[in-house]
Amino acid sequence: MHIVVCLKQVLDPEIPPKYFKIDPETNRPEDDGDMVMDSYAENALEAAIQLRDSVEEAKVTALCLGDEESEDVLRRALSFTADRAVRVWDDEWEDLDGQAVGHILAQTIKTIGGADFVLTGYQASDIEEGIVGPVIAEELGSSCITLVSDLVWEENTCKVTYETERGYGVLEVRSPAVFTIVSSEKNVPRLPKVKDVRLARSKPIEEIEMEDLESLDIERCKSSLKLERVYVPSREVACEILPGEDGPELAKELADKMVELKVL
Amino acid sequence: MSKVLVYVDQLEGNLSSNAREALTFSKGLANSFAGNVTAVVIGSNVEAAANEAIACGATIVYRAEDPLLADYEVDLYLEALYTAFHQSDADILILPFDRKGKDLIGRLAARVQASAITEVLDFTVEDNDIKWIRPIYGDKAVAEYKATRKKVVVGIRPKSHEQAEPDNARAGEIIPVHLNLSNDIVVNKLIEKMESSLSDVRLEDANIIVAGGKGLGEREVFEDLQELANVLGGVVGASRAACDAGWVPTNLQVGQTGAVVAPDLYIAIGISGASQHLSGITSAKTIVAINNDPDAPIFKRANIGIVKDYKTVLPTLIEELKKKLGKEHKTHA
Ligand SMILES: Cc1cc2nc3c(=O)[nH]c(=O)nc-3n(C[C@H](O)[C@H](O)[C@H](O)COP(=O)(O)OP(=O)(O)OC[C@H]3O[C@@H](n4cnc5c(N)ncnc54)[C@H](O)[C@@H]3O)c2cc1C
Ligand SMILES: Nc1ncnc2c1ncn2[C@@H]1O[C@H](COP(=O)(O)O)[C@@H](O)[C@H]1O
Repeated sequence: MHIVVCLKQVLDPEIPPKYFKIDPETNRPEDDGDMVMDSYAENALEAAIQLRDSVEEAKVTALCLGDEESEDVLRRALSFTADRAVRVWDDEWEDLDGQAVGHILAQTIKTIGGADFVLTGYQASDIEEGIVGPVIAEELGSSCITLVSDLVWEENTCKVTYETERGYGVLEVRSPAVFTIVSSEKNVPRLPKVKDVRLARSKPIEEIEMEDLESLDIERCKSSLKLERVYVPSREVACEILPGEDGPELAKELADKMVELKVL
Repeated sequence: MSKVLVYVDQLEGNLSSNAREALTFSKGLANSFAGNVTAVVIGSNVEAAANEAIACGATIVYRAEDPLLADYEVDLYLEALYTAFHQSDADILILPFDRKGKDLIGRLAARVQASAITEVLDFTVEDNDIKWIRPIYGDKAVAEYKATRKKVVVGIRPKSHEQAEPDNARAGEIIPVHLNLSNDIVVNKLIEKMESSLSDVRLEDANIIVAGGKGLGEREVFEDLQELANVLGGVVGASRAACDAGWVPTNLQVGQTGAVVAPDLYIAIGISGASQHLSGITSAKTIVAINNDPDAPIFKRANIGIVKDYKTVLPTLIEELKKKLGKEHKTHA
């Protein structure tokens, strides 16, 4: 079984709003800040490794579309014990949208020998398009299960738990399939072992370029959206901080206030 | 001039609240270039929903009806929507970016080679040029995009618009969609489904939400939050950090990747107010925050705040509200 997990490098999403600024010239966040692995993609990585470990002879390939700097996420994947790391990039590919990314990732997956299961995060922590997984599925002609919280291999089939509007469902899924992963108790990212971190440093990262992708469609590598403007809105509300030091007194005040404001 | 098609989801014959929001959005969009709204309904028996869509502002409704569409199955619905989009000859397809939208938008856009944009809050139109407005970077910034392809699939964020109100005097036309569905396209087998009943209040529909975060420190405190919610007639919600800690199930998560809610009252206890959390409560009317850190970002969005360890506040708050609301009930009776 070949499992491919798609990993994106993103600007640290937890940076506090007061340090977050947009450079109006480039329409990008000022001074790039820390770059980290997209958080749902990290859940997907953990899920991929667990699935591999429960199936004989299964292999995980970590795949990233990104410039050289994004090798960090692949190193991290190797330290999670991914078997193979592949980075695909061309300098022409700046400002790609989810559809272009999905097209290129799908063509890369074909080039590296296809996949039984492809795992992506459900929504990347920077632009949050939430479409790359479904686009890959469409491009590869495979089925697509979104918002997957758990995957288990039982009796030679993949049982997939996904979130529904009011609960959950479980599917028996045939390969090939794409799963978009949400965080759950089952896929909390591991702390890599020191030994694995060290090993990861010396493992190769394969590089794939535009020319290597045989059925790439240049039109589909162009973004389907053009970014016109980005700005940081000011949405501060004047908060009425209830005065006082004594907890129970404050509680009483709050209760009064809530009744007074007729919010109850 | 662009032609707008909106997918309106129905549940047991009634339009969903997200569908009625999508109709409001679509009417606004169509008005800005003097066009009409065309809608599509999908299911096994959708006549009532089609009529409701007309009452809520659609001029033409495409009716995609087939016994195979009785229950939502992604591949069949995708095929039905694809066929309707094609048959309607629309340029812009609007869907709520809700549970179904998350399945359908990316695949549909890839299938028709359309531009795709999700989490849309608003739009502007100038000389027939549409700009789509959506938050990015965990709601810390707002971006304006133009589509570069002729066809566009747009996912709008739930709870961002008013729901369209029906006017039963409105008339419209219902057109059947020429479907040619077969169960063969369904490759995966459903083995289990667990859903709460329609009568259970969902976070999305709750008027009062008492939400807890990592700052509560332990799972047990959620029982106190539940008590507070019971006193107020509300429901309990949580931040992602509280869900990730395993204190409450993930379906209680409020925020960008959890439930997008619009209660009259939202009480946030031990929640820092990360932008991803706040993006789920932008439509809350009154926000109350209890947090011991005066610099917590939640105070930039709350209307009423208490800077204090919640442990010294919560027990008295519950007691006081019990007294007050008990009394209120009596005076009303
Ligand atoms: C892609 C992405 C999507 C995300 N989606 C969501 C989402 O949908 N929903 C969501 O909630 N988060 C989401 N997050 C996570 C978000 O960024 C924050 O990490 C999370 O909201 C923090 O949860 P918290 O406020 O409970 O925890 P913390 O940030 O740890 O805050 C705890 C707060 O409790 C306060 N506190 C501590 N002790 C006490 C006490 N005794 N009394 C009173 N106050 C106390 C602290 O001052 C602090 O402000 C997302 C993140 C990413 C990257
Ligand atoms: N450049 C990329 N390289 C690899 N995977 C990506 C890339 N962009 C997006 N993905 C994957 O697609 C998921 C959803 O991204 P998005 O559709 O952009 O919100 C992410 O969580 C990643 O798993």
